[in-house]
Amino acid sequence: MEAPELPDIVGALRAVLPAECVLERAEERRPYECDGLTAFRSVPAVVVLPRTEDEVRRTLLTCHRLKVPLVARGSGTGLSGGATPHPAGVLLSCARMSRVLEVDPINRIARVEPGVPNLKISEAAAPHQLYYAPDPSSQVACSIGGNVAENSGGVHCLKYGLTVHNVLGVRGYTVAGERIELGGQAPDSAGLDLLALTIGSEGLLLIVTEVLVRLIPRPPCAQLVMASFADVQSAGSAVAAIIAAGTIPAALEMMDRKATAAVEPFVHAGYDLQAAAILLVESDGTPEEVREQVQEIERVLRAAGATALRVSESEAERLRLWSGRKNAFPAAGRLSPDYYCMDGTIPRKHVGHVLEAIERMEREYGLRCMNVFHAGDGNLHPVILFDANEPGSWERADRFGAEILELCVQLGGTITGEHGVGLEKLNSMCVQFSPAERAAFFAVKEAFDPDGLLNPGKLIPTLARCAEYGRMHVHGGAMPHPDLPRF
Amino acid sequence: MDEGDHAVLEAWRERIGAARRGGSSLRLRGAGTKDFYGEELNGDILHLGSWRGIIDYEPSELVISARCGTPLSEVEAALAAHEQFLAFEPPAFGGDPTLGGIIAAGLSGPRRMFAGAARDFVLGARLLTAQGDLLRFGGAVMKNVAGFDVSRLLCGSLGILGILTEVSLKVLPRPRLEETRRLELSAGQAVTAFNRWQGLPLPLSGAAWWQGTAWVRLSGATAAVRAARAQIGGDAVPPLDAERFWSALRHYQLPPHAAASVWRVSLPQAAPRIDVPAEPLIDWGGALRWYANVPPEIDMRERARAVQGTALHWRGAPPGKRFPPLPAAIASLHRRLKERFDPAGVFNRGRLIAGV
Repeated sequence: MEAPELPDIVGALRAVLPAECVLERAEERRPYECDGLTAFRSVPAVVVLPRTEDEVRRTLLTCHRLKVPLVARGSGTGLSGGATPHPAGVLLSCARMSRVLEVDPINRIARVEPGVPNLKISEAAAPHQLYYAPDPSSQVACSIGGNVAENSGGVHCLKYGLTVHNVLGVRGYTVAGERIELGGQAPDSAGLDLLALTIGSEGLLLIVTEVLVRLIPRPPCAQLVMASFADVQSAGSAVAAIIAAGTIPAALEMMDRKATAAVEPFVHAGYDLQAAAILLVESDGTPEEVREQVQEIERVLRAAGATALRVSESEAERLRLWSGRKNAFPAAGRLSPDYYCMDGTIPRKHVGHVLEAIERMEREYGLRCMNVFHAGDGNLHPVILFDANEPGSWERADRFGAEILELCVQLGGTITGEHGVGLEKLNSMCVQFSPAERAAFFAVKEAFDPDGLLNPGKLIPTLARCAEYGRMHVHGGAMPHPDLPRF
Repeated sequence: MDEGDHAVLEAWRERIGAARRGGSSLRLRGAGTKDFYGEELNGDILHLGSWRGIIDYEPSELVISARCGTPLSEVEAALAAHEQFLAFEPPAFGGDPTLGGIIAAGLSGPRRMFAGAARDFVLGARLLTAQGDLLRFGGAVMKNVAGFDVSRLLCGSLGILGILTEVSLKVLPRPRLEETRRLELSAGQAVTAFNRWQGLPLPLSGAAWWQGTAWVRLSGATAAVRAARAQIGGDAVPPLDAERFWSALRHYQLPPHAAASVWRVSLPQAAPRIDVPAEPLIDWGGALRWYANVPPEIDMRERARAVQGTALHWRGAPPGKRFPPLPAAIASLHRRLKERFDPAGVFNRGRLIAGV
C-alpha cells in the first residue's frame, strides 16, 4: 500500500533535521516497507535516519506536536512485524546510530548505540576475553536496539538468560521528547522496574538511544553432545531428565527427523537420520567443568534411552553440528515453496505430547510440519510446509498454526517465546489474555504514550481487532536476508 | 480454587471496594518482616498471609508457583527436598517472610551479581487490581514475550499497583559443591580482586568484605570449584563458619545492618571507595556497600552520585526520605502508572514514593 502524501510532517522534519537524515522519495522509502515478516508491508510516509540522540529527540518532538505515528526499526530482522511501518507515519531507523561507545573491562560493561549489531558487541569485548551472552541466530545482523525491543533470546539463554537478564540500563526518550535513564551500572534502582518493562515492549513505550550491557567471561571450552532417540517421547523425557539431574547445559536443542532430513543434504552436519529425534546438548566452562558435565550428560542420556551418542572432538566438529540447527529454516525454504513458522512455549514436560499432537494435526490438515525446538526452554518452532499456489493450502497452514498455539496456551504455555507479538500474533493475544488483562496492557501504554503514537496497532489487540485475522506467511522462502541463520 | 478460596478473594474485593469508595488506603501485609521498609505506611492493614500454599512445583521444570502468603520456609523446604533453591537468596530479616512480600520488595542476597536479582527469576504473577479483576501476567515457562512484562514490573513495586496473589519463579539446582575462601585484604584491595576474578571464568557466587576480611564463595561443578581455589588463594573457611557468615549477610543481620542510621549504597562494582569517614560492609563483589552511623552533615546521595551510584537511607531516614529521589520525567511515569492501575490510591499509598 502506498502512503498518503503528508507534506507537513516531511517539511516539519526537514526544518529540524539535516537533509541527509530525511528520506522522502518513494524509492528511498520502499526498502523499509517490511521487516522479517514479509507478509505485512506498508511504505512509511517518511523515513528518518538520525545519527545522534538529539536528532531522535527532534524527530519525537515533531511527531508529538503533529500527532504523527512513529515506528522505530533496528536491522529489520524481526519476525513478527514489530517494525512494519505505519503508512501515514515516520519510520525511524537506528542504522546510523551504530557506535560502540565504551567497553569497560574492569566493570565488565559496554555502552552502545541501538543500531550496533548484537555480534559487534562481543567482537568489541573479545580482546578482554569477555562477551555479550544473548545470541539470537540472526546475531550478525540484528541490532541491540531491536533485541531490547523484543527481549531476544538465543540458543544459549537456558544458561545465560534473555536480553532482560543481560541489559543493565537504557537511555531513551519518551514520545514527548523527555530524556529517560533507566537502570545503570549500580544494581539498585529507585522506584518501579521500568527497565524490565521497557525490555520487550516492542517500541511502544520509549525510543532507546543507548544501551548498557553486561559482559561476561568467555568460557574457554565448549563441547556438544548429539544424542539419537527412537521416538520423540523418549527424547522429551531425556530433556526433563537432564534438568532433573541438576545440570543446566549451555544449550539444549531438539530436532525431529523431518528437520534433520531437511538440513542434512545442504549442511552435511552428520546428523543421525535414522533417529526419530536428536538432542544437541552443549556444555561450556573451564576444561575441568566441561569434562565433568559432559560425562554427566552422557550418563543421563544413556539412561533415558539414547540409541547413539556423539561428542564433538574439535571446535570444527562442534560448529558443524550447530550449523545444521541454525540453518533449519533456510532448509525449509528449499524444501517447500512456502513455510509458516510458529514460536510457542510450553512446560518442558509436555514436549512429547505436543510433538505427537502435531503429528496428528499433520494428517488432519494434510500438511507436513518439521520441528526444531529450544527444548531446554520449552520453546517450540514448528515449521509448517505448504504451497500457497495450491488452493486452500495457506488457510489450512494458518489453522494448523493456530491450533498449535492454542494447545500451547492450554498446556500453560505462551503464544510467543521470543519472536514477539508485533502484528503477527495480535489474534493469538486474544486467546492468551482476557479483556481485563489487555486493558492493563493498554493502561501501561497510555501511561507512557497517551496519544498512542509509538508503534501503534502492535502488541496489544483491541477488542475489535480480536475479531480480525492475519498471520505470518513466507512466500517462496522469500524472507529478507535469506542467507542469515535463523532461530 | 475451592469455595473457601473464593470467599477470601471476595472478602478482599469488598475491602478494596470499600476503600475505593471511602477514599481510604489499604496497607498490604504478609508476615510483616518488612514493616520498617518503604516511605510511608498508610491505611488499614489487609492481611495476606492466609492466602498460602504451593500451587505447582515440578523440579524438572525449574519453576515453582505459589500463593503470596506462602512462607519462605515452606518454599525453601519444598525446593531443598529436590536439591533446588531460590538463587536470588531473598533476605528474611530474622523472620519468615511471605513470597508475596519478597517479590513486592524485590530484594536480593549475596548471589545477586552472580546468579541474578529477584526480578530475574520472576516468570509470572497474578494481580488483584483496584477494580477487583484477577489478572495473570507472564506464566510458568522460561521464555515468554507475549505482552508487556508486567510480572517483572511488580517485582519491587512495594504493592502500589495491586495485590500480588500468586507468583511463579524460576528455581535452580543447588550447586554440587560450595566452599568459601577467606583472605586478609583492605577494602580497596578486595574490590580490585573481586573485579579481577569476575572477569575470569570462575564459579563465584559471593564476594564480600568486612573488617579487613574478604569472603569469597565458590559454587558449581566439583572440578570447577577445586580448580578455582588456587586462583583465589586465601584459606578455606570451615563450612559452618561460612554458612553463618553468608546467612548473616543475606538476612541483613551483621552489625552494620542494625545501626541507628544505615546507608545502602549501590554503585558500579569497581567504583573506588567513596569519600566517607567510615569503613563499609561490602557485598555483591563491590556493587553494594553499607555504611553505618555516617555523620549527618555528609551528603551520602551526592557522594554516591559522584561515582555513578545511588544511596538509599536504609535505617534512620527522616519520613519520606528513604529512597533516592526520582528524576522528574521518571516520577511522572510512576504517577501515571499508579493513576491507571489504582486511580483511587487504594494500595500501599506512599509506600514506594511519598504521596503516590
